[in-house]
Amino acid sequence: MRIVDFLRARPRLALLLLAILLAVLPFLVGAGLGKSWVRVLDFALLYVMLALGLNIVVGYAGLLDLGYVAFYALGAYLYAWLASPHFGLHLPFWAVLPLGALLAGVFGVLLGAPTLRLRGDYLAIVTLGFGEIIRIFMNNLDAPINITNGPQGMNLIDPIAFGGFALSKTHKFFGIGVSNAHLYYYLFLAFVLALIFVAMRLQDSRIGRAWAAIREDEVAASAMGIDTRNVKLLAFAMGATFGGLAGGLFSAFQGFISPESFGLMESIMILCMIVLGGMGHIPGVILGAVLLTVLPEALRYVGDWQRALIGRVAVDPADLRMLLFGCALILMMLFRPEGLWPSRQRKRELHAADEVAEQESASVYDARG
Amino acid sequence: MRFTIVSALLVTLVAVAGCGQKSETAGDVVKIGSVAPLTGPQAHLGKDNENGARLAIEELNAKGLNLGGKPVKLELIGEDDQADPKTGTVVAQKLVDTGVAGVVGHLNSGTSIPASKLYADAGIPQVSPSATAIAYTAQGYKTAFRVMTNDEQQGKVLGQFAVKSMGAKKIAIIDDRTAYGQGLADEFEKAAKAAGGEIVAREFTNDRATDFTAILTSIKGKSPDVLFFGGMDPQGGPMAQQMKRLGLAAKLLGGDGIQNVNFLKLAGAEAEGAVASLPGLPLDQMPGGAAFKQKFEAKYGPIQVYAPYAYDAAYVLVDAMRRANSADPAKVVAELPKTDLQGVTGHIRFDKKGDITGGSVTLYQVKNGTWAVLETVKSAE
Amino acid sequence: MDIFVQQLINGLVLGSIYALVALGYTMVYGILELINFAHGEVTMIGAMVALAVIGALMGVAPDLPGIVIVLGGVLVAVPVCMLLGFGIERLAYRPLRNAPRLAPLITAIGLSIVLQNVAMLIWGRQYIAFPPLLPQGSHEVLGAHISTLQLFIVALSVLVMLGLWFVVQKTRLGRAMRATAQSREVAALMGVNVNSVIATTFVIGSALAALAGVMVSAYYGLAHYYMGFLLGLKAFSAAVLGGIGNIAGAMLGGLLLGVIEALGAGYIGDLTGGFLGSNYQDVFAFFILILVLVFRPSGLLGERVASRA
Repeated sequence: MRIVDFLRARPRLALLLLAILLAVLPFLVGAGLGKSWVRVLDFALLYVMLALGLNIVVGYAGLLDLGYVAFYALGAYLYAWLASPHFGLHLPFWAVLPLGALLAGVFGVLLGAPTLRLRGDYLAIVTLGFGEIIRIFMNNLDAPINITNGPQGMNLIDPIAFGGFALSKTHKFFGIGVSNAHLYYYLFLAFVLALIFVAMRLQDSRIGRAWAAIREDEVAASAMGIDTRNVKLLAFAMGATFGGLAGGLFSAFQGFISPESFGLMESIMILCMIVLGGMGHIPGVILGAVLLTVLPEALRYVGDWQRALIGRVAVDPADLRMLLFGCALILMMLFRPEGLWPSRQRKRELHAADEVAEQESASVYDARG
Repeated sequence: MRFTIVSALLVTLVAVAGCGQKSETAGDVVKIGSVAPLTGPQAHLGKDNENGARLAIEELNAKGLNLGGKPVKLELIGEDDQADPKTGTVVAQKLVDTGVAGVVGHLNSGTSIPASKLYADAGIPQVSPSATAIAYTAQGYKTAFRVMTNDEQQGKVLGQFAVKSMGAKKIAIIDDRTAYGQGLADEFEKAAKAAGGEIVAREFTNDRATDFTAILTSIKGKSPDVLFFGGMDPQGGPMAQQMKRLGLAAKLLGGDGIQNVNFLKLAGAEAEGAVASLPGLPLDQMPGGAAFKQKFEAKYGPIQVYAPYAYDAAYVLVDAMRRANSADPAKVVAELPKTDLQGVTGHIRFDKKGDITGGSVTLYQVKNGTWAVLETVKSAE
Repeated sequence: MDIFVQQLINGLVLGSIYALVALGYTMVYGILELINFAHGEVTMIGAMVALAVIGALMGVAPDLPGIVIVLGGVLVAVPVCMLLGFGIERLAYRPLRNAPRLAPLITAIGLSIVLQNVAMLIWGRQYIAFPPLLPQGSHEVLGAHISTLQLFIVALSVLVMLGLWFVVQKTRLGRAMRATAQSREVAALMGVNVNSVIATTFVIGSALAALAGVMVSAYYGLAHYYMGFLLGLKAFSAAVLGGIGNIAGAMLGGLLLGVIEALGAGYIGDLTGGFLGSNYQDVFAFFILILVLVFRPSGLLGERVASRA
């Protein structure tokens, strides 16, 4: 842990090193592990955006949302409507992405409004229902008018393009071929950095403190003069905006969307990411998102590990992969119930009892000394 | 800082995996990918596809294969796409990285379509045993093929059969709102209407449902002669039982999703009289068909649905390699359109898009607890 | 008219199945305020174990009457699931009892994935057919059909609810449960062995899950390692609709959800002039659920509980 202490004392150097690492990461990963891992990185960044968004709703404001994927779906479908052959529209991404975020934000308020009085698990089931309602509409609006193309999904969605420079193709820079997975990595990284900035600013703002107050005690918060209605709605809207943006990017990246990408399991996984990483703490949330995207893919190699360890494949990797994933979820939670990387404040709250004991014993020693 | 340990561990695991992956490429091994959902609700179908492809590869290895004058060994790499489009693209990229010469898959249209773009970009041939959505081959990729009739081809045969051969005047339709079920049901509806049938009800369920009493009751009120179901056997089986329980007299008609042993098991005695289609010719009548069935079932248990198609898809790929005398994907892709192969599911030739051409669809009816052949219809081109 | 009656019967039977699962769900919730996502999976394990026993019994003694064979399956499935429930509580929930509220939710999801995949390893990926052992005879009521098995399911869910209500309201154990649900600390101070009360609740809930699993799989004629997830979800919705933690509420919520789904699927087309069809059945159900919660934020029979962050 010496390196950590060394870097903690020199935050600028640490930041610089991190920036260099992030910049060369796709090339390291691409060369070392293959291009599929660059793609995994891309998806990891998308999930970081989603996790940051859900973190506003669940982590900051303490509103349990099990239907977050609906906003992701809305962003994705809006992008597909406005930039694919389906309606023959091909608007540029800088027009479509903000519209997608806006649409999702509006729906965030629509979801928030009727659920203001609900708490805890009642809120969970209503948001879950909302997520399913959106998915079912997407799955069925192919008739009487074909709006979403139903279960067949929407295909040939335009990639992100700057003028004639489409991110969907491999481009040459200084004689090096840079593939679409690499290009999208940098785009997604830029968005992630922007969203981190927004999330950090929100957390430290008046609104952020209002969210924390509501999370800790809603009655007390309203007694202190916080307009709980507006503040809650804002949490839903802000979270949804992040989701809508990520959805648009997903749509452009994959070029094909269908309702099966927006199921309940997806919402649950995003929730797992933030709880596992450390609710309300941005670095933790990012860690959770990356870990839960990478882990299932890494577990594809259990066949190779078996070969390396015992010389043959004893158990079919496909049989083991999700089993190990489930075990990992349980174990990580059992060993670090407050999340892998919780904020210091939260950690202190949870270990308050231990700390008091520690202080007491420490003072005893002081007296002796 | 336990998380650092966790992440360090993760990185090591991935790195080990990466090394393992590299070391395999030595020697004259030609890799063929197989992608299907191996976990989740459709895992039974996915494993079935993989087993079909695996049997083909094992047979071909046993016979011995020479490419470019050198003996090569085929290796099947089975991957799990969880029927999730996003995971499908990651797996596709993984197979491209691994350097596969071709891919048998994916199982679902929803995963085959986004993956086909990656295979097309990399120039790797993809032969799907079971993706039936029209869109899959309509994207203009030269690498996308399928050995199964598409929804339009099969839906047309079914629609005409319902009206002309079964004499249905009033028809009710249920689909399971998946790409497969909805696609087939839509095409069936068009064809049945064109043949003069009247659609009296169009109801819906989903691919996790087990209770159909509500929609069956409202269909009963419209007293149809034939009930068409676009979906799979886990729904079709209980549906047949619930029809009988509610006293719904209509005949059950379905596509390849219910033409299998599982449907017979799940529907029990209530399966009797149900009609369903399966693309291609009856397995027992094909040269090598009975032998395939025997070998497969001895090894992996009963065929679920699409194993014979996955088996044929693998043969189609290797056949093209043999003609190209190379496992170079570019050469294989160039040879694939010239495919003219007698498979266990029928005579396989491709049209310009990569769809199977001049294929036929066989209709079966449950008699005395087994599927008996009714007739084989040549599907329109 | 007979169609309406039939839809009502369809809904009541479906609702009784939901209620049967929801009763176990709501018990566990009532005491721990924990969304036990793994409850659906326990149901699935119950069905799978019973099917394995039934298959073995049919091989050994094919002449036994069907009901006896199924009973044999139930008699093995129930203790197996009780043991499973005990193990789940001990390993995955008890260590997290004082952890942040969402931590046990994640272990529950992890458990649910693990149980599914273990079941897949043991029983395979195929759908397993439930042999037609139970009486399938059909009766006519006001022009609608109802089978003996359906009647039995409705009766069973009512009996289970009454039994549970009796245990919770009239026994020593029930009093300890209610005390624990109100405040673990105070209950412990009053001499209640909180750990054993919670464990017992899990064991009872799991026994009910096993029973529900066997009934579901007998009624629909199949079992599959993935069947628990959706069932658990519907049961959760039903329990919330009725007021989670409330036994009569789970029953009411289950029945209502079943009837709403059946009537929704049957009549939504007529209600919306053919614009929406039975594909919006779940939308309709969720819409009503949301509407109920907007006006009664704690469910139909739920009491207003103090907020917990």
